[in-house]
Amino acid sequence: MPSTYATHPEAREIVFDFLQGYDVLGAFWTTVKLTVFSAVGSLVWGTLLAAMRVSPVPLMRGFGTAYVNIVRNIPLTVIVIFTSLGLADIFGVTLGASDFKVQGFRLAVLGLTAYTAAFVCEALRSGINTVPVGQAEAARAIGLNFSQTLRLIVLPQAFRAVIGPLANVLIALTKNTTVAAAISVAEAAALMKTMIENEAQTVAVGAVFAFGFVVLTLPTGLFLGWLAKRLAVKR
Amino acid sequence: MTEVSVVKEDVAATGDLVVLKNVNKHFGALHVLQDIDLTIARGEVVVVIGPSGSGKSTLCRTINRLETIDGGTITIDGRPLPQEGKELARLRADVGMVFQSFNLFAHKTVLENVMLGQLKVRKADRKQAQEKARALLDRVGVGTQADKYPAQLSGGQQQRVAIARALAMDPKVMLFDEPTSALDPEMINEVLEVMQQLARDGMTMIVVTHEMGFARSAANRVVFMADGRIVEQATPDQFFSNPASDRAKDFLSKILHH
Repeated sequence: MPSTYATHPEAREIVFDFLQGYDVLGAFWTTVKLTVFSAVGSLVWGTLLAAMRVSPVPLMRGFGTAYVNIVRNIPLTVIVIFTSLGLADIFGVTLGASDFKVQGFRLAVLGLTAYTAAFVCEALRSGINTVPVGQAEAARAIGLNFSQTLRLIVLPQAFRAVIGPLANVLIALTKNTTVAAAISVAEAAALMKTMIENEAQTVAVGAVFAFGFVVLTLPTGLFLGWLAKRLAVKR
Repeated sequence: MTEVSVVKEDVAATGDLVVLKNVNKHFGALHVLQDIDLTIARGEVVVVIGPSGSGKSTLCRTINRLETIDGGTITIDGRPLPQEGKELARLRADVGMVFQSFNLFAHKTVLENVMLGQLKVRKADRKQAQEKARALLDRVGVGTQADKYPAQLSGGQQQRVAIARALAMDPKVMLFDEPTSALDPEMINEVLEVMQQLARDGMTMIVVTHEMGFARSAANRVVFMADGRIVEQATPDQFFSNPASDRAKDFLSKILHH
């Protein structure tokens, strides 16, 4: 059966005319950038936190534990708004940005990174617990020091064990980037709010953005699930 | 002799390599090591036997400080065992350790397992490290398995790789913590043969084991432990044919007469 759009090209314009004049793809591109920068940042910072939490130095262990327990229990909205109203407006932290748009983006990445790292740390720490003690003992027995043992033996195995849980964290992060709208970053949720205010087809607008997020997160989840199976350490 | 030979030029040289003096250790209320005095000479093969829970594995693990001690001193090659840190890592590189559960690095190939310490601790050149690793794997009879992962090997093969991994560091002394206890019976001999060969080559070895045959044929001295103490030390002949203590007689009567 020929599609309506093929026989009546103007139908497409009528059905989707509420999208006209909005840069939906541009907004989602900002979402993607927020996600990627925050994901990389929180992976690095979360790994360092996990290393602190298993380190033999009590001060570092204490810091790691305190950080995770404080940060993961504060709502993300509060953290992201604090980066703008607190860090930027009161303490003058601009992260090297010259204009307001760039500054907002960078502050949002900072807030998302600080928050997500706590969850990365905990996922990773549970991964570290799946690595048999004998692995670290064997590493120490051939003369590797603490950081080498962690970097070369324990963390590589821990990461492989928690690709699944980390995929959850990444999907949550992708959706959490919508909070950046609270400090006026022009990502997908901010544009959705504008469009719902201006257009009549509110359900259709919502559906378009919901679909957009599924397009971003579904392949992420499937790919990382496949990767987790492929990289699983056989014992 | 190949470059990976562990034959030491100073095999003939005497001198105490590992010295434990008045070593004590507690696990909570349990006094697992009580006033342990033990001296191991260069090139000597000492087999530690005794009932379960007698402290023999703990003793073995204190020598490279995988277990800390509460009192006493341990010196290796004249130097006291360092506290945590760089010094300790350096010392551990000189003390080879073979575990009951092999503990090969599960995410690395057999070859990488044997190369890792050379590259990261000894800072060896990659090509030389690889050559040495292959030669050692050949020597323990698993050269054809070099590119497999540990989980693809049998227990006996894994344990032989673990021995090669320890030997790659050119250790002064090798510690074996019940190396055959986790193996199927038909794989025990292939590991023991490698250990016999090492002993013949003059490696200093401290072996915690239940393999009395190995103790008889390869050991210079048998150390019998019970309840955290060294009860008796003797040559294998003397120990097995004419044990001095009642505790040793009792132990031997339970394991030897069938």
